[in-house]
Amino acid sequence: MTTPLRIGFIPLVDAAALIVAVDKGFAAAEGLDVTLVREVSWSNVRDKLNIGLFDAAHLLAPVAIASSLGLGHVKVPIAAPFNLGINGNAFTVSPALHAALMEEIDGDRFDPMATARALARVVAKRKRSRAEPLTFGMTFPFSTHNYQLRFWMAAGGVDPDEDVQLVVLPPPYMVDSLANGHIDAFCVGAPWNSIAVDLGIGHILHFTADILLSAVEKVLAVRQDWSEKHPDVVAALVRTHLRAAEFIEEPGNRPAVASMLAQPERIGVDASVIQRTLDGRLKISPDGAIRESSRYLLVGREGAARPDPVQAAWLYAQMVRWGQTPFRPEALKSAMAVFRPDLYDAAVGHSAAAPSAVGAFAGPPFDPNDVLGHLAAFRIGRWKS
Amino acid sequence: MSAESSPKIVIVDESPIRAAILEEGLREAGFTGVVHISEMQSLLSRIYAVDPDIIVIDLENPSRDVLEQMFQVSRAVRRPVAMFVDQSDAASIQASVEAGVSAYIVDGLKKERIKPILDLCVSRFNAFAKLQDELDRTKHALEERKVIDRAKGILMKMKGLTEEEAYVLMRSTAMREKKKIGEIAQSILTASELLK
Repeated sequence: MTTPLRIGFIPLVDAAALIVAVDKGFAAAEGLDVTLVREVSWSNVRDKLNIGLFDAAHLLAPVAIASSLGLGHVKVPIAAPFNLGINGNAFTVSPALHAALMEEIDGDRFDPMATARALARVVAKRKRSRAEPLTFGMTFPFSTHNYQLRFWMAAGGVDPDEDVQLVVLPPPYMVDSLANGHIDAFCVGAPWNSIAVDLGIGHILHFTADILLSAVEKVLAVRQDWSEKHPDVVAALVRTHLRAAEFIEEPGNRPAVASMLAQPERIGVDASVIQRTLDGRLKISPDGAIRESSRYLLVGREGAARPDPVQAAWLYAQMVRWGQTPFRPEALKSAMAVFRPDLYDAAVGHSAAAPSAVGAFAGPPFDPNDVLGHLAAFRIGRWKS
Repeated sequence: MSAESSPKIVIVDESPIRAAILEEGLREAGFTGVVHISEMQSLLSRIYAVDPDIIVIDLENPSRDVLEQMFQVSRAVRRPVAMFVDQSDAASIQASVEAGVSAYIVDGLKKERIKPILDLCVSRFNAFAKLQDELDRTKHALEERKVIDRAKGILMKMKGLTEEEAYVLMRSTAMREKKKIGEIAQSILTASELLK
């Protein structure tokens, strides 16, 4: 007896567990007959999941929360029983902006506080000379990319709504937009940062692990009502993807994984670019400089796959901070309830709660029990209590 | 611009043919204010310049995510825009997503005024898909014809047959082997490549 499932995904490296689960036969071994459907926009993934054209989806963690709260769109409660990736984004800036930042920087260039303050000085200079405000590309209003950029620049004193422009761009358009000067920088997941560097038109300024030590990026999302009707399938999905994640994290398997992901109907970019991402060893500037990080992208290792409601609370706090929604204690609760460690534990029988820390480079440690108190520590924001 | 007169409709579609089909359909139905945007650079500023009541976008267009930005509180937006996916009308949402089209409307536009527009978009999108399908099949048939002609040429040359005889030979072989004549022709081409 096999269960046919349609799962939507966006061609990004953090769809790795979904792709490996199918192409290595892990899904079939669990009795799941999965058809992966490649999509072109997060709006499509969300809508097709919402109306039932997809049974499950690769989804931006904040979209799962926004959908459950009915923010910016219809309200469809989502359950996220599995994290597909922790971290994995990077900030890439144009050579011109990179040069301007390096001229202003006072401190280590990998220290986000130093770069954020340098950005503030560049922004102030441009204001004085009446230059156009800098424009930053990100992927979606409810995205980690949006919040990571905002968190970083605000820490340096740049108001993301007043001092610069943030625009949504589909990931495949980011590189072209940076090349033709339409934007000055972007935050996006792999492989797009590496592609910009390889083309010589961008410098990777930060891995987002510099901004937040641990930030949930994409989740495996299902409709909450569907998860209640199909608990066995949800458990099988968790087991399948944990097995895939463990396979991906085994360094010896990386070349095979990279070539699997590189297939044209999957991610469709060069396998070497994908492997760099999985290894956390990235070329960060056109001159060939390499930077390594053990926290660049986590797929399952260090308990990364287990959903953590504190992460959901942090994302909700960002929605509040940037005026996407007013703070409501019951909404915070609903947001946290989207992340389902209970479903994860039920599937894999493991319940040792991973140490939870967002680990932001600025501000006090995050406390989900006092979101407003936490936000009050930040000078820049648009929240109303 | 009052929404009671003909609403202003923006079509965001990179396919000029499909956009033309849609535009024509909307005009025939009496919606005269139709603007087609095919260039995705600076999409939002283009949309703001037109100031539409309804935006129609194909689901294969990655710029759909760009439109989502309109729902955010922003100084650039002159009026709120909401998406036409009302949970009370699940059937029409399903129909539009399956047809590959999505629509966004300005808040306050009455639902009964939008329904005919969306229905029209769905039927035109489906018509386009059918057209595309027919086109693909025609293309395929043309290619098959080329393959058959080349295979005929090979048979004529190698076996000294007339064109008619070469065709009859392929057709009878196809019937005997329960295959399409195109497949037989293709195997002749492959074999002759190998034997070169």
